[in-house]
Amino acid sequence: MQKTADKALNVRGATKVYGTASGGIHALKDVDLTVRQGEFISIVGPSGCGKTTLLWSIAGLHKLTSGAIALGDEFLTGPHPSIGMMFQEANLLPWRSIRRNIELPFEIRGRQPDLARIDRLLDRVGLGGFGDKMPRELSGGMQQRASIVRALASDPTVLLMDEPFGALDAFTRDEMNKLVEEIWLESRKTVILITHSIAEAVYLADKVYIMSARPGQIARVVDVPFARPRSLDLMETREFFDLVNLIKHDIQHQPKAALAAGGAA
Amino acid sequence: MSQSISSPTGLASGLGGQGLREVIAILAVAVAVIGGGEALLRFFEVPQYVLPTPSAIGAVFASAEMPTILQHYGYTLVELFAGYAIGASIGLILAAVITQFPFVEKVITPYILLLVTTPMLALVPLLILNFGFGYTPRIIAVALASGPMVMINAATGFRRVDTMKISLARSYGASTLQIFTKIRAPMAMPMVIVGLMIGAIFGMITAVGAEMSGGGFGLGSRLTTYSSTLRMPEFFACILILAVTGITIYAFFFWLGKKLAGWES
Repeated sequence: MQKTADKALNVRGATKVYGTASGGIHALKDVDLTVRQGEFISIVGPSGCGKTTLLWSIAGLHKLTSGAIALGDEFLTGPHPSIGMMFQEANLLPWRSIRRNIELPFEIRGRQPDLARIDRLLDRVGLGGFGDKMPRELSGGMQQRASIVRALASDPTVLLMDEPFGALDAFTRDEMNKLVEEIWLESRKTVILITHSIAEAVYLADKVYIMSARPGQIARVVDVPFARPRSLDLMETREFFDLVNLIKHDIQHQPKAALAAGGAA
Repeated sequence: MSQSISSPTGLASGLGGQGLREVIAILAVAVAVIGGGEALLRFFEVPQYVLPTPSAIGAVFASAEMPTILQHYGYTLVELFAGYAIGASIGLILAAVITQFPFVEKVITPYILLLVTTPMLALVPLLILNFGFGYTPRIIAVALASGPMVMINAATGFRRVDTMKISLARSYGASTLQIFTKIRAPMAMPMVIVGLMIGAIFGMITAVGAEMSGGGFGLGSRLTTYSSTLRMPEFFACILILAVTGITIYAFFFWLGKKLAGWES
């Protein structure tokens, strides 16, 4: 399954400055990040810490002010077919059936959709037989499952997840987390997850990156030691609680100096 | 202001989805109105030139006058189709293009509103003066009446931008044209169809009105002839044909809306 050529995702010196007229805001400042192929990382941090800017830059949707992003030995200068993205909420097109939504990336790239793979993925996420339904006929959780299939259908190397389950209720969210881990264990994609839920970040990732705001920088990296496959019961263990609380504490007690410095920059 | 003009979607709420019971009731109302009208007009011996009985109107459809009426109806349809094809195409293209350029849109919109609110019928004598009594002034009037209606409604549709859906398409490397065809156009479709429908109905009204201002052909000129010679059954038969045409236009676009923009309701 694993390709021999290493497709690690490298971010070097990523800097993004918004607004240049009256002293810009550093959404990102000199962010370095390496995600090994097949690694699952999450990024957490306070609102406005630049984590979405970072993710969208990797997706090719934002241009960095300076710095570089590379997948393996290829520099990324825009959207790349090897990178799949999941957005906040399912972001399905309401005028297309589930199947036609999943085929959209193929249509745009002018390629034949891999129908067998799509069917297999639909079955895998429990949407077998729902391909011809319209998005509004599906629940929020089912819509988000469809968007997982859309992101994985073209077999990307990297999967970017931008707060994908924020709009779901707690039970559905747990269910989705379980599904995401299972699929990740089967497919071993490189995954970057952005989330406001620290529990979700810890449950899913090998490493949790904590970002600080203004300037957006990576403040700390926490290794998640729990064995895989993880079960939802893990979330009730002492060790899990302790790790979540440690990260929460870290975010809440970020040095205020960083804030002040960012404001002045 | 444009909002009140461009949101007559409520029009459709009464039509469609009628069950058997409603259909029977609708037919019962028709029978009651036609039968009751017939009985009342006969009982009070109302002269045909004041108000003809439904049976007298019905008899026109089997009379020797009918081929003439149909011939003139054909002229009306030619004007309607030609004028509408020109007006609606220009309106659609203009809407799609100018909404991409907010500055141009802001400059042009007041003039379009001026066209929408000016009764084009008032211009018909001027058009006849310039273009004679043939098809030309009528086709121009129909185009001028339908085009701006189509444009202003379609523009409302094209202005509906969902940045998340556009970002989705961009993350697959979509070109500007692809973003238009895959995202913007389908999103605009419900309002485009409303605009096309209102434009067609305005076009029909204008065609008939223009025919009443002179030229001697078309169903509108028949109306003038029949009313001035007190041939009221024929007059009302023409009115009935026009009413059915209007309903057909409405029903067609209602069907089209269900087919192409059914996802929204």
